Amino acid sequence: MAATTETQQALKDIGGDYKHGFVTDIEMDVAPKGLNEDVIRMISAKKEEPEWLLQWRLEAFRKWGREEEPEWAKVHYPAIDFQDIHYYAAPKRKDGPKSLDEVDPELLDTYAKLGIPLREQEVLAGVMGSPNIAVDAVFDSVSVATTYKKKLEEMGIIFGSFSEAVKTHPELIRKYLGSVVPVSDNFYATLNSAVFSDGTFVYVPKGVRCPMELSTYFRINTKETGQFERTLIIADEGSYVSYLEGCTAPMRDENQLHAAVVELIALDNAEIKYSTVQNWYPGDKNGKGGIYNFVTKRGACRGVNSKISWTQVETGSAITWKYPSCILQGDNSQGEFYSVAITNNMQQADTGTKMIHIGKNTRSRIISKGISAGRGQNTYRGLVRVMAGAENARNYTQCDSLLMGDKCGAHTVPYIEVKNPSAQIEHEATTSKISEDQLFYCLQRGLTQEEAVAMIVNGFCKEVMQNLPMEFAVEAQKLLGISLEGSVG
Amino acid sequence: MLEIKNLHAAVDGKEILKGIDLTVKAGEVHAIMGPNGSGKSTLAYVLAGRAGYEVTEGSVSYDGKDLLAMSADERARDGVFLGFQYPVELPGVNGMTFLRTAANAVRRHRGLPELDGIDFLKLLRQKASLLEMDDSLLKRAVNVGFSGGEKKRNEIAQMAVLDPHLMVLDETDSGLDIDALKIVSKGINALRGPDKATVLVTHYQRLLSYVEPDVVHILARGRIVASGGKELALELERDGYINYVPEAA
Repeated sequence: MAATTETQQALKDIGGDYKHGFVTDIEMDVAPKGLNEDVIRMISAKKEEPEWLLQWRLEAFRKWGREEEPEWAKVHYPAIDFQDIHYYAAPKRKDGPKSLDEVDPELLDTYAKLGIPLREQEVLAGVMGSPNIAVDAVFDSVSVATTYKKKLEEMGIIFGSFSEAVKTHPELIRKYLGSVVPVSDNFYATLNSAVFSDGTFVYVPKGVRCPMELSTYFRINTKETGQFERTLIIADEGSYVSYLEGCTAPMRDENQLHAAVVELIALDNAEIKYSTVQNWYPGDKNGKGGIYNFVTKRGACRGVNSKISWTQVETGSAITWKYPSCILQGDNSQGEFYSVAITNNMQQADTGTKMIHIGKNTRSRIISKGISAGRGQNTYRGLVRVMAGAENARNYTQCDSLLMGDKCGAHTVPYIEVKNPSAQIEHEATTSKISEDQLFYCLQRGLTQEEAVAMIVNGFCKEVMQNLPMEFAVEAQKLLGISLEGSVG
Repeated sequence: MLEIKNLHAAVDGKEILKGIDLTVKAGEVHAIMGPNGSGKSTLAYVLAGRAGYEVTEGSVSYDGKDLLAMSADERARDGVFLGFQYPVELPGVNGMTFLRTAANAVRRHRGLPELDGIDFLKLLRQKASLLEMDDSLLKRAVNVGFSGGEKKRNEIAQMAVLDPHLMVLDETDSGLDIDALKIVSKGINALRGPDKATVLVTHYQRLLSYVEPDVVHILARGRIVASGGKELALELERDGYINYVPEAA
């Protein structure tokens, strides 16, 4: 048990009084690097988790040891040393900048372009002492957020951090956790299952229509959810919820590897709309640094007439590897995937969706817009599978790629598997370039090069952007332009 | 207003304009006619500053400024408008958003306050009615699915909203039926003024019966080979270019 001894020693060195990983009053910020059962026990103990969840994590860890990193995606990066990563860090960081004066001016410049208020900038840039302002900066006053929270409670909607929900609603967590993305689903999901830090839990009770967009903005203490986020959203019969994840402002993070898992469950006649704007640090122009974003997102339309709709705007990260999918199990259920993915400079994205038609009369719709600039590589990878019992399944897929410059790449890899002859599957794909004609036309009307590119690209992405909730749409439109600055001319 | 001196320009290394001299005073309308391939559209693009149209010699002064030193978008904001022979489609780009962005870019440049959505809509409705244009056209994506006539009308509507000083219209009359031609001409005439100058590039005399030019020039093989009054256009209509361009026969 050399590793265990080493871990204990390492923990002692940090100042802890570690015994068997069950002591919770250890004062420390970070677990030693590397992953073993003791680290997992420590994470679980730190979070005061019940025994079953610890066992669940340990099972995941054992399975992870037997799995291999996927290599089929069209992304290239140096091998990750999984023993060189900290798997637990205390939520409070103490080394943040003390004021905006200490923040990278380039970052502030981008905030200014997005029109983000100063106090919110402080929160985003991680200025010390700012987190409690977050809610107040976005919604004018803490009381507004509190009012919303109260309203949600009155309607029986549970919306809070995952760790909190483990304590307050263990029965729901136990029933649904891992029911859409099983522990051994894939390498990164398994890793996440073993070490997940925190995330969001949402439960909307029967017949309740959530009256507002649920956004991480509403939640205090969500900023530090860390690199292994875990989200679980359950929409009970006849309910509706729209959830917004992420932020248009550029997010920096010390952790290069991000492996989140999101599970959605829609029961009979329920609908979930999940929107993401992802703008993690993409690395510099030469591909140095940047986040590896290896995410598993999947929704299960379990009930009849249920619907899950994914909308994503992916502009950040050095590498994006994600396939928000829908399992269309209930009869007449519907899945949708609307995606904009931008790769500029040295960014790589391999993203798409899986639509698994199991129930009768199930429908799915895929609209993917990939934009490549600089030396970016952008791949759409999708699967439409119609199982034998899925009578009258329908799918419509449209994959459009836009190229800027002559050093980038766009790739489309659609898989279609149909085992029922009544299925109707449509697939359309186009690849185009921003033409000189279009650019010149815009310039001749007085738009700057940047405005012109932003306008043309937003036009190209319109079908996706119009699915974003209003709160996000305007900022996201600006974000597209900013992400492509300097990519033409 | 516009003073072109010994202008030479090349595209892909091939010289198209071979020494053009042209002076357009404020308040004047000049028509430029000429056979296919004579350099009419090239002249229009050079004035608008299109990339790939390389000026190799000569100068262009606009309102006393060195036009060639300005970028294409600077020229546009400074009041140079090009009506395109083939207006470009911008899929997914809402016509109103596009034009409002452009109008506000011009207004900022002129030190005027930007227009909000409501004021802009008022201005747009007023200009569009002049061209008997349907509102719905402006709510669609720019030029997408427009007929030839609708595209040209849209160009003139944009011009009316942007209120330029120098208007260069490249074959705005091509592809128009007689009713559309009358409407477009009405639009152009409405924008004439003592502090504005217009350059009409056209193949046909018929536009000039509605928009009366002060001077007509004949462009052939990259040079202006003749200039005269509007009677010159009528002569071309009757005889063709044979008297000016022998090989046109």
